[in-house]
Amino acid sequence: MSEYHKPLPKPSPVSAPYWDAVRRHELKLQKCGGCGAFIYYPRPRCPHCLSENLEWRNVSGRGKLYSYTVVRRASSRAFADGPYVLAIVELDEGPRMTTNLMAEPEKIKIGMPVTVAFDDVTPEHTLVKFKPV
Amino acid sequence: MSLKGKAAAIGIAELKPWKEAPPNVTPLGLMGRLTAEAIADAGLEKKDIDGFLVGMPVADPGFIYPASAAEVLGINPRMLNVVDIGGASPAGMIWRAAAAIDAGMCSAVLCIVADLNRLGDQKVPVVSVQREFEAPYGNIGANCGYAMIANRHMYEYGTTPEQMAKVAVDQRTNALKNPLAAFGDKPLTIADVLGSRMIVDPLHLFEIVSPCSGGSAVIVASPEVARRAKNPPVWLIGAGEYSNHASITYAPSLTDSPIKPAAENAFRMAGVERKDIDLVCPYDCYTITVLVTLEDAGFCKKGQGGPFAAEHDLSYAGDFPCNTHGGQLSFGQPGLGGGMSHVVEGIRQLMGRGEGRQVKDAALAYVNGNGGIMSEQVSLILERRA
Repeated sequence: MSEYHKPLPKPSPVSAPYWDAVRRHELKLQKCGGCGAFIYYPRPRCPHCLSENLEWRNVSGRGKLYSYTVVRRASSRAFADGPYVLAIVELDEGPRMTTNLMAEPEKIKIGMPVTVAFDDVTPEHTLVKFKPV
Repeated sequence: MSLKGKAAAIGIAELKPWKEAPPNVTPLGLMGRLTAEAIADAGLEKKDIDGFLVGMPVADPGFIYPASAAEVLGINPRMLNVVDIGGASPAGMIWRAAAAIDAGMCSAVLCIVADLNRLGDQKVPVVSVQREFEAPYGNIGANCGYAMIANRHMYEYGTTPEQMAKVAVDQRTNALKNPLAAFGDKPLTIADVLGSRMIVDPLHLFEIVSPCSGGSAVIVASPEVARRAKNPPVWLIGAGEYSNHASITYAPSLTDSPIKPAAENAFRMAGVERKDIDLVCPYDCYTITVLVTLEDAGFCKKGQGGPFAAEHDLSYAGDFPCNTHGGQLSFGQPGLGGGMSHVVEGIRQLMGRGEGRQVKDAALAYVNGNGGIMSEQVSLILERRA
C-alpha cells in the first residue's frame, strides 16, 4: 500500500472515544446532560453551559453542506497531490464539522444533503468524510 | 468608562515590504530601525518610551518575548506585553496602549511589529484541537477558510466574482500613489483579477495577500506627551474588540462576523456616525474580507457589500476612500505589519501626510483589524482635531 503523508489526528484523553468509534465506522458525538446540545469537536465540558455531564451518543451521519472550497493550490505541501474539496457540513443534530466532501466539484451545491463516508486512510486511522446522498 | 480622547498616536514608522528579504535582516534588527524612526518621527527621545507592546515574530519566536525585545532596544517599560490576536494584534495594541495610559501605568507606548516571511509551506497548526480536527482534512492556512466564507456569501447574497475583484482593483489604484507598496507598480483591472490563477474556489491569486517581510511601529501617547509631539496628534476616540471562534467551522455564521459588536462598541464610544467617517482602513487579507467588514461595520446593509464596492469609487479620490495605502493586497503582508499598515495609513492620512493620495480634509478614520479566519476583531475610530 502507498504511504500516507498527510497529518493524522492524535487523540487526546477527551477525544479518544470519538476516534475509537470512528475506527469502527460509527459517528458518536457528545450530548450535554445539562442543556441537551450535541457537541463537535469533543470538549472537556459543554461549551454552551460548561456542564461536565457529557454522554457519547450515536448520531445519524446525515446533514447539509454549509460551505466548501475546491483547494487547487494547497498551502501545505502535504496536500499538494491534487485538488481536494474542503467542506463544512452541518449535521442534522446541529453541530458543524470540518471535513472533505467526496464529490465532483461541478456537482457540488451549498445546501445539498450529504451523508457520512468513513475513509480508512491508514490501517490505524479513519477520517470522517462525507458524500452526496 | 471610555477611552475616548485619552491617548493619541503621535509617531509612525513603516518599511516598504520586501517580497524577498535580504539575507542580513532579522526581526529584531528591523525593530531597532523602526524604533529609532518612530521616536524621531514623534519628536521624542528614547527615554520617553515607557510602554512596550510587541508582536511575536514567526521568524524569531520565543516565550517571555517582550522583555527580550525591549532589552535589545534598550527600552525600560512600565508596561510590556505581547499582543497575540493574529492580524488584529496591531489594532489591538492601540487601544491597549490607550488603556494603560489612561490607567496611569505609562505615558508613551511603542507598538511595534516586524517579521520575515517566505512563500511556501504553511506549517500545520500548532494548537492541539486544530491539529486534530482541521489539519487531517486539509484545513491548513487561511486561504481555505476565507474561500468558504466567500462561497457562502455568494450563496446567501448573490455576491459576484466581479464585485469582489473590484476591491483589489480600486486598492491597486491607491497603491500606485504609495511609494511603500510592494505591489504598486502597475494598475489592475477586474479582468486581470478574474484571469489570475484560481487558488481556492472562488478566490483568485490577486484576491489573496502575498506574504512579505517588513515591519512598522506606532507611538501612542498621553495628552501631556502629545502636546509636545512634532506631529498633530491623532486621537483614539472609539475602540471595540470581539471574538467568537477560532476555526471558522465553529463560528455562529460564516457571513456574520464578530466585526459587528466590535464596530458597534467603537462607534458608540466615539459618538460619531458612519456617514461622518472620511476614510476606512479595513483589514483585507482577501477581497471578501473587505465586503464583510463594510457590511458588519455598518457602512452598508448586510449582504450588500458586493454591490456597494461595485457602485462606489474606493480610491483616495473617490466617494468612499478605502485602504488608501493599497490595502495589504497591494501593500503586501509583512506578517503583523500587514495589520499595522491599516493603522499607520489611518494615522498618516489624519496627520495630513498622505502626499499624492491624501484624502481631502480627512478628520475621521475607521480602522479594522482582523485575526485568524475572521476570528478576532478590533475596530478603532481615529480623529484629527481642528
